[in-house]
Amino acid sequence: MDALVEVPTPATTTPMKPIASPETEQQDVKIVSRNVDVFYGDKQALDKVSLDINANEVTALIGPSGCGKSTYLRCLNRMNDTISICRVDGTIEIEGEDIYDPGLDVVELRARVGMVFQKPNPFPKSIYENIAYGPRIHGLTRDKQELDSLVEASLQRAGLWDEVKDRVHEPGTGLSGGQQQRLCIARAIATQPDIILMDEPCSALDPIATAKIEELMHELRENYTIVIVTHSMAQAQRVSQRTAFFHLGELVEFGDTEQIFKNPSDPRTESYISGRIG
Amino acid sequence: MIALAALTIVVLTGLAYVASGRQASALGAQAGVELHSRPTYHGLYAALVTGLVGFGVLIVATIGTRAVLDSQLRSALPEEAQTYTVLKQDRLISDAKAKGDGSIVSRPLDNDYRVARDALAETYVGYKRTREWGVAGLSVLLGLIALVLSYRRVSPQHRARNASEGIIRGTLFVSAGIAILTTIGILFSLIGETLKFFSGVPIYKFLFGTHWSPLSGVFEGQINPSTVGAIPLFAGTFMITIIAMLVAVPIGLMAAIYLSDYASKRVRSIAKPLLEILAGIPTVVYGFFAAITVAPVIRRTGEAMGLSVASESALAAGVVMGIMIIPFISSLSDDVINAVPQSLRDGSYGIGATKAETITKVVLPAALPGIVSAVLLGVSRAVGETMIVVMAAGQGANLTWNPLEAVTTVTVQIVALITGDAEAETAAGPAFALGFTLLCITLVLNMIALRVVQKYRLQYE
Amino acid sequence: MNMHQSPEMTPENASGRTSVHKTDDAKRRLKKRYAFETRFKFFGIFAIALAATALFWLLSTVVGKSLGAFHETYITLPVELAAEKIDAKGNRDPKDIRAGNFSGAIKASLRQAFPYITKRRDKLKLYKMVSNGAELSLRERVMRDPSIIGTTQTVRLLASDDVDLYMKGYEGSLEARDVSGVATPLGTTGKVRIIVESNSFSSILARVKDELRDKAQRFRDQARREARGIRVFQRRIDTLPSDADPALRTDYEGRITAYENRRQSLIESAQALEKKANTPGGTEQVSSALPSFFLAINGGVVKITRVSPDAVEGQTLVPLSSDAPAADGSWQLLVNPQSEAGRRIRDAQTTWVEELRKAGAIDTTFNTRFFTAADSREAETAGIWSSAAGSFWTMLVTFFLSFPIGVAAAIYLEQFAPKNRITDFIEVNINNLAAVPSIVFGLLGLAVVIEFLGNDVFGRDLRSTALAGGIVLALMSLPTIIIASRAAIKAVPPSIKEAALGVGASNVQAVFHHVLPLAMPGILTGTIIAMAQALGETAPLLMIGMVAFITEVPGSPMDNASVLPVQIFRWSDFPERAFEMRTAAAILLLLGFLVIMNAIAVLLRKRFERRW
Repeated sequence: MDALVEVPTPATTTPMKPIASPETEQQDVKIVSRNVDVFYGDKQALDKVSLDINANEVTALIGPSGCGKSTYLRCLNRMNDTISICRVDGTIEIEGEDIYDPGLDVVELRARVGMVFQKPNPFPKSIYENIAYGPRIHGLTRDKQELDSLVEASLQRAGLWDEVKDRVHEPGTGLSGGQQQRLCIARAIATQPDIILMDEPCSALDPIATAKIEELMHELRENYTIVIVTHSMAQAQRVSQRTAFFHLGELVEFGDTEQIFKNPSDPRTESYISGRIG
Repeated sequence: MIALAALTIVVLTGLAYVASGRQASALGAQAGVELHSRPTYHGLYAALVTGLVGFGVLIVATIGTRAVLDSQLRSALPEEAQTYTVLKQDRLISDAKAKGDGSIVSRPLDNDYRVARDALAETYVGYKRTREWGVAGLSVLLGLIALVLSYRRVSPQHRARNASEGIIRGTLFVSAGIAILTTIGILFSLIGETLKFFSGVPIYKFLFGTHWSPLSGVFEGQINPSTVGAIPLFAGTFMITIIAMLVAVPIGLMAAIYLSDYASKRVRSIAKPLLEILAGIPTVVYGFFAAITVAPVIRRTGEAMGLSVASESALAAGVVMGIMIIPFISSLSDDVINAVPQSLRDGSYGIGATKAETITKVVLPAALPGIVSAVLLGVSRAVGETMIVVMAAGQGANLTWNPLEAVTTVTVQIVALITGDAEAETAAGPAFALGFTLLCITLVLNMIALRVVQKYRLQYE
Repeated sequence: MNMHQSPEMTPENASGRTSVHKTDDAKRRLKKRYAFETRFKFFGIFAIALAATALFWLLSTVVGKSLGAFHETYITLPVELAAEKIDAKGNRDPKDIRAGNFSGAIKASLRQAFPYITKRRDKLKLYKMVSNGAELSLRERVMRDPSIIGTTQTVRLLASDDVDLYMKGYEGSLEARDVSGVATPLGTTGKVRIIVESNSFSSILARVKDELRDKAQRFRDQARREARGIRVFQRRIDTLPSDADPALRTDYEGRITAYENRRQSLIESAQALEKKANTPGGTEQVSSALPSFFLAINGGVVKITRVSPDAVEGQTLVPLSSDAPAADGSWQLLVNPQSEAGRRIRDAQTTWVEELRKAGAIDTTFNTRFFTAADSREAETAGIWSSAAGSFWTMLVTFFLSFPIGVAAAIYLEQFAPKNRITDFIEVNINNLAAVPSIVFGLLGLAVVIEFLGNDVFGRDLRSTALAGGIVLALMSLPTIIIASRAAIKAVPPSIKEAALGVGASNVQAVFHHVLPLAMPGILTGTIIAMAQALGETAPLLMIGMVAFITEVPGSPMDNASVLPVQIFRWSDFPERAFEMRTAAAILLLLGFLVIMNAIAVLLRKRFERRW
C-alpha cells in the first residue's frame, strides 16, 4: 500500500463532537448517540435520534406510550439484542467507544451499564444471593469477606440495609414492591457500573416507595450517570437535570429540565406537558 | 337377533323424533297455540327417551341374563353328569356351549360324556334362543312404550327443551363419571386379586424376599411363599430406570435449554419435530431396536474391551428406554424453562451475565421444581414401561449391580406370568400383586410431580 | 457481615475513570466466562445431535432391515398334475381335490429337475427349497380350474425363505478365484479327488491354517482363564484360617487339580493345532466355520472338504460329465465367503439354486403377498394383512367409544360442572389416569373386560377380539382425549358463549351450537394423537390375550384378531432372519400409519388454527 496517500479517517473512529447543548455549561459527556434508528421487523420504533447524556446527571426520557423512549433506553446497554427481530442503526458511543461495534463485548458493556426494570424482578433467591450474583459472575471480589462487605455497601447505598440487615438470607421475593425495586437497584450497583438505566422504575410502586427511590436517585447521581424513563412528568421534574421528550419515535426536544417544562420550544412538547397528548 | 333388536331400536328412535316433531309442529300451527318448546325439541326429547330406554334395557338385560343362563344351565345338567366333579361339570358346560355355538369343541372324554354334552348342548341352544328372544323382545317393547309415552306428552305446555337438555346434561355427567369408574375398576380388579394373593403369601415375603420364581413349587394351586420375593424385580426395574434417566435427563434437559434459549428459529423448526417423532414411535419399535441393534452393539463393544456382556443386558434396555424418554423430559422442561419470566432473564442480562450464566444461575434454579417434576414423571414412565424391557431385558430374576448382566423387571414378570402357559388362576395372583405395586409407585410419583408443578405455577401466576 | 466499606466501592471507581470492568483482570475473567459459554452451548448442540443420531440410527435400522422383505423368490418348474395323485377317485369332487397330494406332485417335479439327487438326505434338502406356500397356491389353482388335472403345468413355486435370502445376497454369493493349470478329477460322482498341476489351492490351505491358529489361540485364552481359577483357589487356601475345616482345604485342592488338568489339555490341543498350522503343505480339513469352496469342473460341482496345495477332495453336488483332465481356464474355483455354519442355507442348496439360475428357472419379484396375506409360521408366506385389519377394527371400536365419551366428559367438566369436590376429584382422577402405565390397563382388561365379554355376551367368546382390545384401548385413551378436548374448549373465548346466551340461547344450546364447533378442530387433533398412541400400544393387548396366532383376516370387531404392534412383537421373537426383515417391514408400515395420522393432526391444527 502506498504510505504516502492520506487515507481519510472514517468518521466512526473519531470521537464525535457533542451537540452544543442549549445551556452552554461545560459538562462531561458520557453517552453520545447519533442518528439512532431502531426497527422491530418492518416497524420503525426510533427515527434518527441524536442525544448526548452528561455524566453525573439524571437524564429523564419522557413521552407518550409507544414513543420509543424505552426502546432508546434499551439501546444503551444493548438489551434489544435479546429480541431477535430488533435492528439498530446509527451510532451510540459511551466514553468514545462505539457500543455497537462488532468487536465490543456486550457482557462487559452491560456490566458497565446497569439496568433497573419497570417491574421489580428479584431472582427467586435470597436477598444476599441477589446482590452477590453480579459480583460473583464478574469475579469482582476475592473472598467471602469482601463479597459480604460489597453486598452490605450496595444495600446501604440503595438505602435498604437498615430494613433488611436481619434477613439478608431470606428470599428477595418476600420483600414489598418498593423494597424489591431498591433491591434491584442495589443489585445493579453491586456490579459497579458507571451508568444506571432505569426503565420506569416506580410505575409499579406506591407514592411512599416512589419517594424513597427518587431520593435515592439524588444520592446516586454523585457517582453514577443515570438515565430514567418515566411516565410521570412530575417525577421527571423532581429527579432530572435534563429531559428529552420523545414522540412517535422521534426526539422532539432535549434540554435542561427546567427549560423543557417551563418554556418548551416545540408545540408538541407543550401539548404533552400540558396534558393534551399522552 | 340382538343386532336386529338394536337396529329396531335405532328405527324406533328415528320414528320417535319424526312423529313427536310433526305432532308438535301440527299443534303449533293451530291458531292461538303457543308452544313452549320448538317442535325439534319435542322430537329430540322423544328420540332421547326412546333410544335411552331401548339401548339401556338391551345392555342391562344382556349382561343380567348371562348369569341366569349359567345357573340355569348348571341346574339343567343331565342326570349322568350330576355325579361328575365340579371341574368336569364346568368343562361339560363349556363344551356344550361351544357345541351349541357351533365353534370348535374339544374331543369328548368318553361316550357318556359325549351323550351328556350333546343333551346339554341342545338345552343350551333352547335357553339361548329364549334368552335372545327375551332380551330382544323386551328391549324393543320397552322402547316402543317409551316412544308412545313420549309422543303422548307432546303438548304446548310440555317443556321439551328443558327436559331434553336435562337428559343431555345427565349423559354428559355419566360420561365424565366413566373416568372414575375406570379408576374404581382398576383399583378393584387389582386389589381383589392382590388380596387373594396375600392371603396365601405374607406381604413382607413379597416385598423383601430375594428369591423370585413364583411358579416353581406350586402345589395344588398354592404358591410357595419363599419363592415370591420381588426384590430382584424391584432392583432390576430400579437399575434400568436409573440407566434410562442417566441417558434421558442430561440429553433432554440440555436439548430443552438449547431449544428455548439458544437455537435459532430454523434450528427449532427442525429439532422440535425431530423430538416429537422420537416421542411418537411406539414402544414396541424401541423394543425391536434395543433387541436387534443396540444390544448386539453393546455386547460387541463390551467384548472388545474384554468385558463379558449378557445378550439381554440391563444397559441395552436402559439406554433405549432413555432414548424413548428424552423427548418426554425435553418437552416438559421446555415448558417450565419457558415459564420462567423474561424479566428474570433481563435482570440477569442487565447486569452483564452471559447466557450460560443466566441459565445456570437464574433460569434453572427458578425452574428447578418443574424440572424435578418432569424427572419424576419420566421415572414413572420408565418404571411402567413394558415393551422395551419385555423385548430387550431378561427373564431371569438376578440380583446384581452389574448393568452388563441381564436383569428382569416388574413389567416383564407381569407379562411373563399372564402370557405364559401357567394356569391362569395361579399366575394371576403374583401378576396382579406386581401390577398393584406398580400402580402404587407410579401414582405416588405422579401425585408428587403434579403437586410440585402446581406449587411452581402458583409462584409465577 | 462486617461494616467496613469495600475498597472497590469508592466513588472514584464508580465515577468511571477506571472502571473495574476494564482492567486486565476483568478481561482475563471474561475470557474464561466466554469459554464456559461456548462449552455450555456446545453441550446443548451435542444433546440435540445425540437425540438426532438416536432417531436416525433407529430409523435406518428399521429401513435397512426391512429392505429384504419387499421381494420374494419363485422357482418355476413343470409340475405333472397326475390324476391318481390329486384326484384318485376321478370324480373331480372339490372335497377330494382339497385332500389331493399336491406336495407329492411338487416333490416329483423337483426330483425330475434334479435327477442326480438320489440320497434321502439330499432329497430332503431339495424339498426344503420350496415353501409350503407353493403347495397351497397350487391347490387353489387346481381347485379353481380342475380341468388341468392330468396335464403338466408350468408352475411358479414359492421358494423357501432360505433360498429367498440367498437370492437376495443375504447369505453370501459365489465368487470366482484365480486358479491355473490342468485339473484332473478322479471320478465323477460321490467323493472325488481332483489334482491340479499348480499350487492353486495354497491360498485355501493358508486360510485353513489361519483358522487353526485362531482356534489354538482360543484354547490358550481358555487355558489362561483356567489358570485364574487356580490362582483364586490357591489364594483361598493361603488365607484359610488354621482352624478351618480340613474338608474345605481338600475341596479347594481338588478344584485346583481339576483346573490344572483342564489347563494342561487345552494347552496340549493348542500346541497340536499350532504344529499343524506351522508345518508347510500337508492336507487339512475345511471346517464349516470357514468360507465354502466349490470346484466347477466338467459340468459338475464339487464341494471341497479337504485341501492340500495341489489337490482337493470333496463331495460332488452336481455330477461331472467325465473324468477327463480339464484344461487350464476351463474349470473354476468358487467361494461363498459366508461360512456354512453362519447361514441357514446349505452348500448343496446354494449349488442347486445356481443350477436353477443357470436354467433361468428362479427369479425374484415384488412381494405383494406380504401386504395381502395373513400371519403364518413360515416367514415366506407370512403377511401383515390380518393384523392390519385387526388394528383397523380395534381402532374403530376405540374411536367410537372414546371420542363421544371423552368429548362429553370434557364438555361437562369445562362448561357444566359446578366447582365442587366431586368435580375436583374427577379432575385429579383424570390426570392420574393419564399416567397409569398401559400394562395396568391390560390387567384391568383381563379382570373386568374379559370377564364381561369372556363367556358369551351374544353367544360368542369375545376374549381376544378387536372388540375387547378396542374397549381396553378406549379406556386408556380416554384421559388423553378428555385433557385435549378440555384445552380446546377452554381456548374458545367466553365472549362467544356469552354472546349466544345474550340472545337467549340456553346453556346447552350455547355450548353445542357455538363453543363445540369452534373447539372441534382442537378436539379432533387431540383425538387423532390419542388414536395414534393407541395404534402403537402393545402391552395391554398382550394382557388380554391378543397374542394369539391369527391366520384368518378378521371381518368384524367380533372376530379373533391381532394388531400390528402385537404382530411386530410376535415376529421379533422368531429367530429366522427372514422374520426379522418382516418385523422391520411391519414396523415401517406401522410408522407409516402413524406419520399419516400425525400429519392429519398437524394439517387440522394449521388449517383451523385461530388466534382469538
